[in-house]
Amino acid sequence: MRRILAILMENEPGSLSRIVGLFSQRAFNIESLTVAPTEDASLSRMTIATKGDDKILEQIVKQVNKLIDVIKITDITDRKHLERELLLVKVVALSDKSRTEVKRITDIFRGAIVDIGKQIYTIQLTGDADKLNAFIDTLRNETEIIESVRSGCVGIARGEKALRI
Amino acid sequence: MNQGDDMTAELFTGAEMVVKSLSALNVKYIFGYPGGSVLDIYDAIFQQDEIEHILVRHEQAATHMADGYARATGEVGVVLATSGPGATNCVTGIATAYMDSIPMVVLSGQVATSLIGNDAFQETDIVGCTRPIIKHSFNCRSLADIPDAIAKAFYIASTGRPGPVVVELPKDILIPQNKGTFNINTDVKMRSYNPNIKGHPKQIRKAVSTIKSAKRLVIYSGGGIVLSDASHLLTELVETLKAPVTNTLMGLGGISGTHENFIGMLGMHGSLEANKAMANADVILALGARFDDRVTNNVEKFCPNATIIHVDIDPTSISKTINAHVPVVGLVDVVIQQILDELAATDFTPDEEVLAPWWQQINLWRNMKSISYKQDENEKIKPQRVVEAMYKITNGEAYVASDVGQHQMFAAQYYPFEKPRQWINSGGAGTMGFGLPAAMGVKLAFPDKHVICITGDGSIQMNIQELSTCMQYNLPVVIVALNNRSLGMVRQWQDMVYGGRHSSSYMESLPDFTKLAESYGHVGIKINTLAELDSKLEEAFSIKNRLVFVDVLVDEKEHVYPMHIRTGAIDEMWLSKGVKA
Repeated sequence: MRRILAILMENEPGSLSRIVGLFSQRAFNIESLTVAPTEDASLSRMTIATKGDDKILEQIVKQVNKLIDVIKITDITDRKHLERELLLVKVVALSDKSRTEVKRITDIFRGAIVDIGKQIYTIQLTGDADKLNAFIDTLRNETEIIESVRSGCVGIARGEKALRI
Repeated sequence: MNQGDDMTAELFTGAEMVVKSLSALNVKYIFGYPGGSVLDIYDAIFQQDEIEHILVRHEQAATHMADGYARATGEVGVVLATSGPGATNCVTGIATAYMDSIPMVVLSGQVATSLIGNDAFQETDIVGCTRPIIKHSFNCRSLADIPDAIAKAFYIASTGRPGPVVVELPKDILIPQNKGTFNINTDVKMRSYNPNIKGHPKQIRKAVSTIKSAKRLVIYSGGGIVLSDASHLLTELVETLKAPVTNTLMGLGGISGTHENFIGMLGMHGSLEANKAMANADVILALGARFDDRVTNNVEKFCPNATIIHVDIDPTSISKTINAHVPVVGLVDVVIQQILDELAATDFTPDEEVLAPWWQQINLWRNMKSISYKQDENEKIKPQRVVEAMYKITNGEAYVASDVGQHQMFAAQYYPFEKPRQWINSGGAGTMGFGLPAAMGVKLAFPDKHVICITGDGSIQMNIQELSTCMQYNLPVVIVALNNRSLGMVRQWQDMVYGGRHSSSYMESLPDFTKLAESYGHVGIKINTLAELDSKLEEAFSIKNRLVFVDVLVDEKEHVYPMHIRTGAIDEMWLSKGVKA
C-alpha cells in the first residue's frame, strides 16, 4: 500500500545520500522523494512516497529514524492531510481547435498555461497524484504530449498537528 | 585573523587539534598507518606523549586491533588511516565493528578540499564507501569543524547502540599554514540524536506480568548484555526467576558459562537443550539479542507457541525478523533493573511447581550431551580436545579472541566463559583475519592476562603480517592454530551439502607456521600427537614475555556438531554425522 512519510532532518551535507542509501541498501521502495530546506535553513523537510506492507513500513520508519541526522519522521497517510504535486507539461498546440480544447481542459482542472510557443503550450498544474494522472489522460486524448515533469508529492498534516522541533 | 578573536589565544594547526581533541577524550592509543594526507597528524603525534600510536602492518589490522581493544575495555577504539587505499583497507574492519555494535572512531585522511572530486592521487570517497556500514560520519571542511566532529563522533560511537563513526580530514585543514583557536565541548548534546535509555513503564509492567504467567520461560540474551556491562543484572534476574538462560554467540560470558541455569549457546551450532528449550518455551525473554538468522533457523517455524518479550536499545531490531508481542525499547541494563524492581514491588516468588517439570524436561535434553566428541588415544587430535586443554590450563580465565570458522565454534562450545568481554569474536560479519589483531588489542589493554588467539590455518594467513607488530610493541599473545590443512567450515558444508566436492577448500603449500613465527622473533611450538598436547600447551602458556605460535595438527575430518538442519525449526539439528535430534 502507498504511504506518505514526512521527515524533518538536519540540513547537512550528505543527509540526502544517507536516506537514499538506506532505501537502496535495505531494498525499500521509493515512489517519489522531495526535499528542500525549511523556513529555518538549518533544517530540511522531506516527503517520501513509498510502498510496502505494515511490517516493511514499520522498518522503514524505524530505520529512517535511526539515522543520526533525522530529527523526526511521521507517516501521515492515515491522518487527515494535504498532498500536493506540481506538474509541468509541454503539449503540441497547432490548430485553433486544439488550442481551444487544451485551454478548456486546463481551466477545468484549474491549471495554468505558463508558456506558449509557435506550436506549443506549457501547462502548470498542482494537485494530488490522481488529479495529475487524470489530467494527463485527458490531455492525451486531445493532443500530443512532448514532455512532462512532476515534482513528486509533498505532504502536510491538516489542523493543529505539525512536524517541528 | 578576524576582528573580535582573542589576540592572546594560542593558535593550533588542524593536525594539533586532532591530537588535542583525542587527548581531551582520554584516548590512550591510536591504531594506524601513515601516508601522505595524514603526515601532519603523525607529526603532531610525534611531538606529544599523552597518546601512543601503534603502527600496524595493514590498515585492516588497525581496525580489528582497535575493535578488540574496545570489546575488552568498553572504551572507544581509535583508528587513523591515510586517504585512498589506507581508508579503503579499513572498510572490512568498520563493517565488522558495525555488525557487532562496537564503539570505534576511524579518522581518515582525505585529499585537500580543492582537489576533492578531481580523482586526485589517493583520493577515495571514504564517507560514501562506508555509508552502509557506519553509525554516522563527518566530513570536516574547515579547522573549526575538527574538535566538534571528533567530540560528536565519540559521543555517537559510544552511546545508544554503539557503532563505528568515520571522520574525514582533508589535508589542507591539517597543514601548518592554517591555524586557529582550539575549543572542544566534550559534553555533547544533539537535537537529532537522543538515545532512549529507559523502558516505558507500561511495557515493563506488561513484560513482568507476561513473565509471571509463564510456564516454560527461557531467557535469551545477546551481545547487548556484554556491551552494556549488564552481566551482574542478568545473573540476578536469572536467579530471581530461577529460569533457564541461553546466550547467543555474541552474548557468551553475559552469564557465567558454568552457572547451573546456563543451558549453553543457542542457534546453528548451539546446544540441543538451548534450542529445544526455545522451541518449547511459552515465553521468551530476549535481552539485547536480535533474532539473527544464525539463531532462528527458518523464521516461519520459529517458536510458534511463544510469547516474545524483546528488550533492545535499537527499535529497528525489534520485530525485524521475529514479531515481538511485548516490545521494550531501552538500554538493557536499565530495563533489567526496571524488571527486577517491578518483580520486587509485586512480591514475586518463583513457583516451584511450575519450574520443576520445565527443568525436568530441560535436564532430559541436557543428558543427551549434544556438545560432545570422541577422542581415541591413537587418532589424530580432535580440535575440541585442544580447546578443553586450553580451558584447563588457563583456568577458564583467559581472554579468547577468535578468527572465523570451525575453531570459532569449537571455542564457543568448549570454553565456558566466566565473565563478559572475555570472548572476542566477529559474530555478525564473520571476518576471517579478525583474531590476531583483535587479540593484540586485548593484550595491549591487559598485558598481565592470558590472551589467546584461537585460529585456523586459513584465517591466520589473512592478517599474519601482524606478527611483526607484535614484536615491535611486545604483545605476547598465545596463538593457537587448529591446523587441519583445509578451510574447515567450508569443507564441512561441502561434505554435508555439496556431495563431498571440496572445491577450493583445502590449503596446499602451507608455510611452517612455527618457523614463520620464529623468523619474526617469536617462539614456535608444533604439536603433532595427542600424547604431547597437554604438556606442550602448558609450556606455551608458561612463556610469559614472548609471543608463542602453537601449531596444532588436528583431525581434518572433524565437523562441528550439533548443527541446524537447513530450513528446519530452531530445534531441528544434526547431532553427529547422519544422526538427527
